[in-house]
Amino acid sequence: MTTKIEVRNVVKSFDDKVVLRDVDLLVDSHEVVCLIGSSGSGKSTLLKCINLLLPIDAGEILLDGGVITDRSVNPNDVRQRMGIVFQAFNLFPHMTVLENITLSPVKVHGISRDEAHDRAHSLLDQFGLLDKIDEYPDRLSGGQQQRAAVVRALATKPELMLFDEVTSALDPELVAEVLGVIRGLKDQGMTMIVATHEMGFARDVADQVCFLDDGVILEKGEPAQIFSEPQQPRTRQFLQRIVEAGRL
Amino acid sequence: MTSPQDIRSPGLWPSRKPGKRHAEEGARSALIAAVSTVALLGLILWWIGTSEAWPAVQKQFFNSDHFWKSLPDVAGGFWLDVQMFIVAEVLILALALVLAMIRSLRGPAFFPLRALVIAFIDLIRGVPIILLILLLGFGIPALQLTGVPSSPLFWGVATLVISYSAYTAEVYRAGIESVHESQRMAARSLGLTQVQTLRYVLVPQAIRNVIPALLNGFVSLQKDVALVYVLGVREGVREAQIYIAGTFNYTPYIVATILFLLVSVPVARFTDWYTDRDRRRRQAVGS
Repeated sequence: MTTKIEVRNVVKSFDDKVVLRDVDLLVDSHEVVCLIGSSGSGKSTLLKCINLLLPIDAGEILLDGGVITDRSVNPNDVRQRMGIVFQAFNLFPHMTVLENITLSPVKVHGISRDEAHDRAHSLLDQFGLLDKIDEYPDRLSGGQQQRAAVVRALATKPELMLFDEVTSALDPELVAEVLGVIRGLKDQGMTMIVATHEMGFARDVADQVCFLDDGVILEKGEPAQIFSEPQQPRTRQFLQRIVEAGRL
Repeated sequence: MTSPQDIRSPGLWPSRKPGKRHAEEGARSALIAAVSTVALLGLILWWIGTSEAWPAVQKQFFNSDHFWKSLPDVAGGFWLDVQMFIVAEVLILALALVLAMIRSLRGPAFFPLRALVIAFIDLIRGVPIILLILLLGFGIPALQLTGVPSSPLFWGVATLVISYSAYTAEVYRAGIESVHESQRMAARSLGLTQVQTLRYVLVPQAIRNVIPALLNGFVSLQKDVALVYVLGVREGVREAQIYIAGTFNYTPYIVATILFLLVSVPVARFTDWYTDRDRRRRQAVGS
């Protein structure tokens, strides 16, 4: 197994508020890592730091053994190698589904328009959205929008996918279709870091589960261990509340 | 006794429901508006007409002989106003967008460019437009630089472009900032550069948001083109002045006023219509 992403002693704060304090994380190729923890624990911030959407204050992040958080690294080059999907979809409202998907392949990756269209076609077909190809995002359901956002990220052929609570903004009955997409990607061997509140999903899909609490990874391990025999009192407390809410 | 129907009678509680009742109310409202407008206008005209100085003013400003005699020259000059407006507006829309995009670039690498644009905008917006026209219109030709045009018409239009671009850039910038941060983040996450993000994602959404404000700028510029008369450019107002200088009759000013109104009022009405339609569409999407 080779290490795909390595996060070393990362610190990040917004103004006075420290959001990540000394975070370490190793993600192997083809591994699925789920980040769990209450809102505000730093899951989302960690993903945005890995994607270089947020600059870190200290520490470093490595992709395939190369430091990407160095000033000399062009963030656009790094972002071209990974895809991120957001909680609120963030599709471009003035573009059709097809235009959303082909924008980056054509303008950033320099792929011909025809090839980008072909790729978009086959991905949309794979994710059951081919009939929506010429629709604008506001004509799609939440689940369809989120699947289109996944396709948009996949169309750039990323080596790694980041999912930032991608089902949190969805109606409950639409959650399964999006989680199904992530399961499908796992079967294809995609390396993924998934911040989620869906504990059942994390238990099924993750190779490694990390529990974040107040900006640190308090506990990590295989899902069976984290969910059945949590070592830390805070983890037990968090999972207890999830169970009480009927979410596990 | 007041029945519930009476409470909802026309005028008291205007019904929003379409239908016959709505049409009747519309006709009634229009009638009231027309009667009160005519009454008010009549009052004002009577007031002016009873002034002792009115006959003299009428002869000086509303002389039909001078009206028709001065019309061809003033209209010819006004045509130049229209041409200046069109040329200037196209250049303003383009230049202002470039300025706004530069101002929206983030990161320390772009600091010098940003600072330059901010300084330019502050400087231009801080000087009365008439002073800018005088300074550039008389100042730059006086330098007699080789290759630089010296025509007052050129510098008049150039000053309008420079001045209005500074204001319009701020309109664009407000539009760019009104697009949610998550859109910028999504675009950057796909590997788009800052300029690509602006061009393909932020600016197209921003322009839609600021079209009413841009149209408002159109109305304003459409009249301000007349300011270049101070450079001796023979546009509408200047032609009127030339006629007045030979006759000592001020009717040409009224001619010019009517010509400007003929163009600017429709543009203003269109702006209102467009803004209204846009607001209704957004509400329809939002509901």
